[in-house]
Amino acid sequence: MSAAPTAPASPPARKKAPVGTLYRGREGMWSWVAHRVTGVAIFFFLLVHVLDTSLVRVSPEAYNEVIGTYKNPVMGLGEAGLVAAIVFHAFNGIRLILVDFWAKGPKYQRVMLWVVIGLFVVTMAGFLPRHLMHVFGGE
Amino acid sequence: MTTIADPKAPRPPRARPSRLTTRGNTELYGWVFMRASGALLIVLIFGHLFMNLVSGEGIKSIDFGFVAGKWASPLWQVWDLLMLWLAMIHGTNGMRTIVNDYASKDSTRLVLKGLLYFAFVIVVVLGTLVIFTFDPCPTDAPLDLLPSFCTA
Repeated sequence: MSAAPTAPASPPARKKAPVGTLYRGREGMWSWVAHRVTGVAIFFFLLVHVLDTSLVRVSPEAYNEVIGTYKNPVMGLGEAGLVAAIVFHAFNGIRLILVDFWAKGPKYQRVMLWVVIGLFVVTMAGFLPRHLMHVFGGE
Repeated sequence: MTTIADPKAPRPPRARPSRLTTRGNTELYGWVFMRASGALLIVLIFGHLFMNLVSGEGIKSIDFGFVAGKWASPLWQVWDLLMLWLAMIHGTNGMRTIVNDYASKDSTRLVLKGLLYFAFVIVVVLGTLVIFTFDPCPTDAPLDLLPSFCTA
């Protein structure tokens, strides 16, 4: 099952639309896909986040009203998702750096993904209860 | 075209892929930047998330007064400025890579990257201006919405 002597899949180099699949699958591909998906999500949030913060320049009322929408439960869950995306992207980014710069990185890339997932679970276990208490907690 | 061959070119340009250019090391610098800025952004963003979502009352305590209180300190001004620039360059370069990977038509790529760079300029300029021109105590605002140091 394991011990496949293949390197992690790299993005397809062909020109035209891929027919069938050029991916090798498994951990190398899925972590690469997840890194892209979380990256895009974080990028779009960042655009919105700079715009909403810019309202401090309009008036305290305008800023407070818009930031107030971030405190409702639906947005609260969205923030949990955003933090999850950031935490994965961050830890997998460290894995990526190790794969690129650490001599044994490519050899351990698969193990390191499971370390990333473990650290992700621990971090989210620390963050989620506290954040959800802030969002849903009594007032 | 029909100029003298670039001495650095590894082989004469092939006829088919006209956009397979090798001008300088821009892509290498981009690759290095993604890793360097990524490492720094982990510190900046985790610190940001801890301050704003974890400590105190978390998201509940964020309002104009909270932001004004933070930006009263040069540390958070520099922190946020650095975070804004690094995250926007990192994110824009990532999006550029994705557009290059998936948009196979020249015109599609051009339009998407045009929009991307437009968004980059707007957001970075706007964010930078906000950090540097922020007024924590606007005179026409009700006092109870302002940070406590405005009362004087």
